[in-house]
Amino acid sequence: MSTLIEEMNERALKTGTPLSVQFDVTYRCNERCVHCYLDHDDHGELTAQEIMGVLAQLAEAGVFFLCFSGGEVLMRRDFFQILEYARSLLFCVKIKTNAFMIRENEADRLCELGVQSLQVSIYSHRPEVHDAITKLPGSLKRSIAGIRLLRKRGMRVVIANVLMRQNLEDYLGVVALAKELGAEYTVDPTITPRMDGDRSILRWGVGPRELERVFRTPELVGNVEKVCAPPEAVDDDIRDGLPCSASHTFCYISPYGDVYPCVQFPLPTGNVRRQKFLEIWNDSPQMNEVRSIRGRDLTTCSSCAHLGTCSRCPGLAYMEGNVRGPSTQDCEKSLARTGIPSAHMLAKAAGSQRAWAGSGLVQIAGLQQAT
Amino acid sequence: MGTDHMSTLYIARSRAIAARVLGGEMMIMSARDARLFNLNRVGTIIWQAADGATALQEIISQRICVEYDVEPDQALQDAEAFVRELAEHGIMLLSDQPIDRPSILVPPEGPA
Repeated sequence: MSTLIEEMNERALKTGTPLSVQFDVTYRCNERCVHCYLDHDDHGELTAQEIMGVLAQLAEAGVFFLCFSGGEVLMRRDFFQILEYARSLLFCVKIKTNAFMIRENEADRLCELGVQSLQVSIYSHRPEVHDAITKLPGSLKRSIAGIRLLRKRGMRVVIANVLMRQNLEDYLGVVALAKELGAEYTVDPTITPRMDGDRSILRWGVGPRELERVFRTPELVGNVEKVCAPPEAVDDDIRDGLPCSASHTFCYISPYGDVYPCVQFPLPTGNVRRQKFLEIWNDSPQMNEVRSIRGRDLTTCSSCAHLGTCSRCPGLAYMEGNVRGPSTQDCEKSLARTGIPSAHMLAKAAGSQRAWAGSGLVQIAGLQQAT
Repeated sequence: MGTDHMSTLYIARSRAIAARVLGGEMMIMSARDARLFNLNRVGTIIWQAADGATALQEIISQRICVEYDVEPDQALQDAEAFVRELAEHGIMLLSDQPIDRPSILVPPEGPA
């Protein structure tokens, strides 16, 4: 039996409704996290009036779930004006924040305005580790204080724990901290490239062995047996399936008004400063291109055993150079979960072998020449 | 149904909710406990008419009975049960007086 949320999703898919939107209202931030994929300078953010104009259009388009994120949303002095307007339009509002700037007044207003949940990034229960990642001294203490104020008002808080080399040994400490605060916990072991294409921050990501350990830790993933089960047989339903919700029931709007299929999917589809939102959602060739892709259309992945269970992110694939291609980081996750290499990894290994064999022949030829 | 009838019942949509019409039906989420509700077409009509100023009886006679073949007394009795259930979940406000709700902000101009 499907849940009401699943029914909502199905109805949104059938009617072409953008059920969920993430709206980054600023890229400015008071933290400077070492792994962050954003440029924190202001290159001409939408004004509050412009944002409210877009929100009215989103409500008209049928958007139900609205996530405000950034940057740090509270870097905008007019954030509560925007939030109040969003709630007057009856969006279900979630907020991603570092909670550093949440004091009594902010907590009161967030509670009064009926924000559904707040997601707060916490990297470690140890200040020396957390603050070294955010590069903001005292940030762990302030974030925890902010969470306590929200929890005191009965608000739902989700602690998001991005795992990387620096904090890999601390996740159980963060799980315990979340429990003590009465917050939920979610883990993310993926570091993603910067939006400008710079992949140097991927060096902070956890290695394959550590990833295996993460997927075998019940406190992080819940049912290990289920998460690490071998992939189900690929059938036509899977091949005809949608890769993810990007462009189907979800899209992303940047602080500059650019509309993208998803948060880390920098394929420009339009800009709300120049076009109506629904015009972009319904008619953008790029949006429709992403929308047309099915499992069977994916190069390499369509023949992969993991097709039905892979977390393949089309945005990451796009940043690797091919929206229909594999996302290497998701291949690594599939391998870490199941021990079974992806079709992309096998193809790369075969390619490397061929390259190795080729280079060997050159070397032998060189040696022969030398003798 | 055993519902006590008030002489006049005013209903207003709570602001502590998220709501949107999807495929012709109203989806409502309670901000209090994140429970999701799906109203059918009749429920959606009552919900949309719940402005705090119009009595439930008037909503039934002017919006429901003109569209559906139903006895006004039976419709009112069913509607009262329905709005009381919504009120229990904090997504509808009930009163025997008109309900003065905080005004919705005036929508701004669209993008230039």
